Amino acid sequence: MPSGSEFIRQIKDQVQEIDPAEVNELTHEGVAIVDVRETEETESGLLPGAKHVPRGYLESRIEGVVPDRSTPVVIYCASGTRSALAAHTLTELGYEDVRSMTGGITLWKDRGYKVDVPRKFTPEQRERYSRHFLLPEIGVEGQQRLLDAKVLLLGAGGLGSPTALYLAAAGVGQIGIVDDDTVDLSNLQRQVIHTTDRIGVPKVDSAEISMKAINPDVDVVKYETRLDASNIMEIIEGYDVIVDGVDNFPTRYLLNDATVRLQIPVVSASILGFDGQLSVFQPYEGPCYRCLYPVPPPAELAPSCGANGVLGVLPGTMGLLQATEVIKLVVGTGEPLVGRLLLYEALGATFTELKVRRDPECPVCSRPPEEISDDEMGVFPDYEAFCAAAG
Amino acid sequence: MATVRIPPVLRSSTNGEREVDAAGDDVGAVLRSVTEQHPATETQLFADGGDLNRYVNVYLNDEDVRVLDGLETPVGTGDVLVILPAMAGGS
Repeated sequence: MPSGSEFIRQIKDQVQEIDPAEVNELTHEGVAIVDVRETEETESGLLPGAKHVPRGYLESRIEGVVPDRSTPVVIYCASGTRSALAAHTLTELGYEDVRSMTGGITLWKDRGYKVDVPRKFTPEQRERYSRHFLLPEIGVEGQQRLLDAKVLLLGAGGLGSPTALYLAAAGVGQIGIVDDDTVDLSNLQRQVIHTTDRIGVPKVDSAEISMKAINPDVDVVKYETRLDASNIMEIIEGYDVIVDGVDNFPTRYLLNDATVRLQIPVVSASILGFDGQLSVFQPYEGPCYRCLYPVPPPAELAPSCGANGVLGVLPGTMGLLQATEVIKLVVGTGEPLVGRLLLYEALGATFTELKVRRDPECPVCSRPPEEISDDEMGVFPDYEAFCAAAG
Repeated sequence: MATVRIPPVLRSSTNGEREVDAAGDDVGAVLRSVTEQHPATETQLFADGGDLNRYVNVYLNDEDVRVLDGLETPVGTGDVLVILPAMAGGS
């Protein structure tokens, strides 16, 4: 009888082997990649697209993973031994093209090739997000998407405060905040992310303290600056969703043009007095901000240029509707508010929904993104001068 | 008679009223009835040539009149017109 190591050597002589370099070329083609390690070994990562079938379950489960025996199969384990034995088994089961990856995932990693690490929820995360896990519309996958998501908030003010708090609580992995202001006593009637003892502190720092306090997992990226044409592309690129709560028209148009160009959805809200508006602008799938508002109103009809009153609770209501839309977009559930404008009027306690159509002649989103030039972004006649004159 | 919803920025021109009842067979006539009742709204709604200002959106029920027949869009009893200028407040 051969020894164990002799037996393995004999099997290795009989099976086809494949170098990780060659597998790396295959990963995007119609090849089944099967990881035969034990479950706990896979926690540090699998080859991209690999299916996991522990070797002990190979015979009973392989048909569920690779039903067609003519599909080329690459098997790997930690170092190439168990995969050779598994490849031998699959050949005996009638699989026509089975190869064992030499050196296993150890060599694969040594070569610097990509590994997909499945997210493992810590016991603390399982507890923290347990109410999300219980919802079939969110569940483990949705929570994973939230933890992987990058959301940018424009402004840590009235709308940004509740949005930032709830998105942090929901476990959005990276939350960027753009705000160049400091906390003022008059903000605290509505900007609930800030506190009395943080008056004078930059809003991005104050917001970070509150967000980290509710969920230390969140990576807060602070931009203590004002969004303008010189920095917008650099700041917003790479974010999955942008939450627009800015207080002026020039930035809203600039943001629209940049996000259409980069095809990033914007959850947009605005507030005044007792009234709020909300919509989701998903570039090329629905209308953009310019389709809805082709030109900004003159200064006397654009009170955001100056100081105006707002019911303190109102940005809470509208900001949380924004946060809800963000979560829907990230998780991919429900019907996002695309092509619809929701009006909330607090005094009458009414919600009104209006249809918003794509404008076939929209100066921005009727054209392909690559045609929108730097010079065109955020442009409309003399608006900043107009606002400045109105004070 | 139609109901016209007045946005916050125009309420100083309508004595604070949030809704105004106005008669008229089409959108233009209803809005003219509003400007007759509240003359200060005239220049905010209409441009010199008698067209709607471009920065004012008007919806008949839930549809933008720009995709209907504009000011000639017929209005029935009980219809709601929403006047909607852009708002930018956020903080």
